[in-house]
Amino acid sequence: MNFQGAWTLGHIRFMLEGFAVTLQVAVIAIILSFILGTLIGVLRYTRLPIVSPILAVIVETLRNLPLLLIIMFVYLALPELGIRLGVFYSAVVGLTVFEMAMISEIVRGGLMSVDKGQTEAARASGMTYTQTLWHIVLPQALVKMIPPTVSQFISLLKDTSLAVAIALPELMHNSQIIYNGNPSYINPILLLAALFYFVTNFLLSQVALLLERRLRY
Amino acid sequence: MQFRLKHVGLLTLLFALLFTLGACASNKETGTSTLDQIKQRDKLIAGVKYDTRLFGYKDPNTGQVEGFDVDIAKALAKKILGDENKIELKEVTSSTRIPMLKNGDIDIIIATMTITDERKQEIDFSDVYYHAGQSLLVHKDSPIKGIDDLAGKKVIGVKGSTSVKNIREKAPQADVLEYPDYAQAFAALRSNKGDALTTDNVILMGMHQEDPNYVLVGGLFTDEPYGIGIRKGDETFVNYVNDFLKELKDSGEYRELYMKWFNEEPPANQ
Amino acid sequence: MLSLLLNYYPDFLRGLLTTLEASLLALIGSFAIGVVIAVFRIVPFVPLNILGRMYTEFLRNIPLLIVAFFFFHGMNAFGLNLSGFVAGTLGLTFYTSAFIAEAMRAGIQSVPKGQMEAGRSTGLTYLQTMRYIILPQAIKIVIPPLGNQFLNLVKNSSILSLFAGLDLMYWGDHVASSSFKTLPAYTLVALFYLLITIPLSYFVRWLEIRLNRLPKEAAEVKTALMEG
Repeated sequence: MNFQGAWTLGHIRFMLEGFAVTLQVAVIAIILSFILGTLIGVLRYTRLPIVSPILAVIVETLRNLPLLLIIMFVYLALPELGIRLGVFYSAVVGLTVFEMAMISEIVRGGLMSVDKGQTEAARASGMTYTQTLWHIVLPQALVKMIPPTVSQFISLLKDTSLAVAIALPELMHNSQIIYNGNPSYINPILLLAALFYFVTNFLLSQVALLLERRLRY
Repeated sequence: MQFRLKHVGLLTLLFALLFTLGACASNKETGTSTLDQIKQRDKLIAGVKYDTRLFGYKDPNTGQVEGFDVDIAKALAKKILGDENKIELKEVTSSTRIPMLKNGDIDIIIATMTITDERKQEIDFSDVYYHAGQSLLVHKDSPIKGIDDLAGKKVIGVKGSTSVKNIREKAPQADVLEYPDYAQAFAALRSNKGDALTTDNVILMGMHQEDPNYVLVGGLFTDEPYGIGIRKGDETFVNYVNDFLKELKDSGEYRELYMKWFNEEPPANQ
Repeated sequence: MLSLLLNYYPDFLRGLLTTLEASLLALIGSFAIGVVIAVFRIVPFVPLNILGRMYTEFLRNIPLLIVAFFFFHGMNAFGLNLSGFVAGTLGLTFYTSAFIAEAMRAGIQSVPKGQMEAGRSTGLTYLQTMRYIILPQAIKIVIPPLGNQFLNLVKNSSILSLFAGLDLMYWGDHVASSSFKTLPAYTLVALFYLLITIPLSYFVRWLEIRLNRLPKEAAEVKTALMEG
């Protein structure tokens, strides 16, 4: 193991460049999957005919597939159907659709966990269905959704590393380029890459903890 | 509720099957020549390797991609657009390059690609621009001296490369392990995950340069003529690229590039 | 696509078996390690608590790929040369063990504290109270998340393909890149995965309903809100 040779300024800069790509992909995918996931979750909760069952099938398919396969599929197979995305957007789309399915389940679970009696009481007091959903159900569901949602976002950040398979120049890919050049760099570089992910995720989970406490009290 | 729990699984499989049917329908080719698209865009998008020394290699310290293939791509950009910098390089691997070309992610493949009949059904090729041959790379203390010593050994190759196919035919007793790209394949050899690595001699030479503890053995057991990959049916562009290669050779620029990267005269037949 | 399946079904089958093998081995291994770490986290001894916490926090916050590549390449530095399959399975094992440990800790700690105190006051030792009072209740809470982890293992084992682990994804890549029929090849791979994962995810839900006597909806909620 050669820590001195591995942790040079040039290498660290190269890894940071990769990490910037990792963060870009992760942030875009987090925003998109949160919006889409919430939408799908609410739509499934409301049990619209036709729409909800279709969404159920899509969600079940996506969440039961390996994310690696989804990313490869988006990048290499979708173009045969005329849908062409580059490396970057293939990673974004792959991560988004997978996480969207996960988030939608969390949202739906959160909504269903709110006591039925409350919705009935709200409706009885003259609120409309949408009002009840918006003012009574959602705020309570939100608090319950925070921990699993954050752990899903942490997963997402970690999962961006799967885009090495399509040669997206993110942190994992750049780390590999460095250590593939010299076997004695492997462990130092893997450790450094692990620290990048760890610190970011740890901060993310601490922020979430704060948020959760604030909402709860 | 009842309905959903019971049937979602079934529906999901059905959905997947439907999707599959869609998957069987193929896409249409675009009508215009790639050449026009390049001129319109004022930029050539070339798919090159990033992990193959001498041909296409991204230096992690400088971030520059360089090699024989890269220089040829630049020369082509210069011919089409008058400026060798009007080029965008995209990383390809042996398994992604053909889909990427077909999908329109790249205009052209210049990435150590052997011309084969199978690939000709998928894409078109230019004339040969480099003659390589498949060989073996082993540790200098290895007992393996050639292709006959591979029985029962683990041979590392790269997914989607012709070498993997060849070695399965020529050494059927060997255990073939496929890696996503050359860098990872070589890293695996250096970590002793296999007894030999097989691919084209020139790629192996780059690896030998990187780590002289690994040497080429067994001579060349195939002929691997490299060609430039072009979308199928685009005759205009194929002819254009062939003219370009001929000019490159006639002007002596080809010889210069060859000397620059391989440190030897190009063989007479090139 | 049918012709692709007919031409390559031995490859797909081999891959499917390897995927199941890796997932099962990793499940057993990660369960064993997970139990130990969970014990570390709950015993009344602070240094072990801290050690257990560090283990789970670190592994849960880094990508599985890093753990796997550490076993694949990094172990050579310690004189261990592991194949793609072994390294991948070990990577899955250690990575997943952190999630299992966390699920178990949560399960055990969800049993009201008063029960431990009650057990102790009736003259049972700490271990006896654990064995006879706390664990039987905790197990029921812990089993469904375990099923969920197995589901994750099957999906996560696809990373073996990145270092020649010979799993389903590896052979899928092989078929895609040697037949040039990318879309049908990956669609087949997807169908093979769904063949395992869909029944499995229904099994997890069923377990939740059976073990914890939850009504169907509540079970769905619980599996949905399950972390990891």
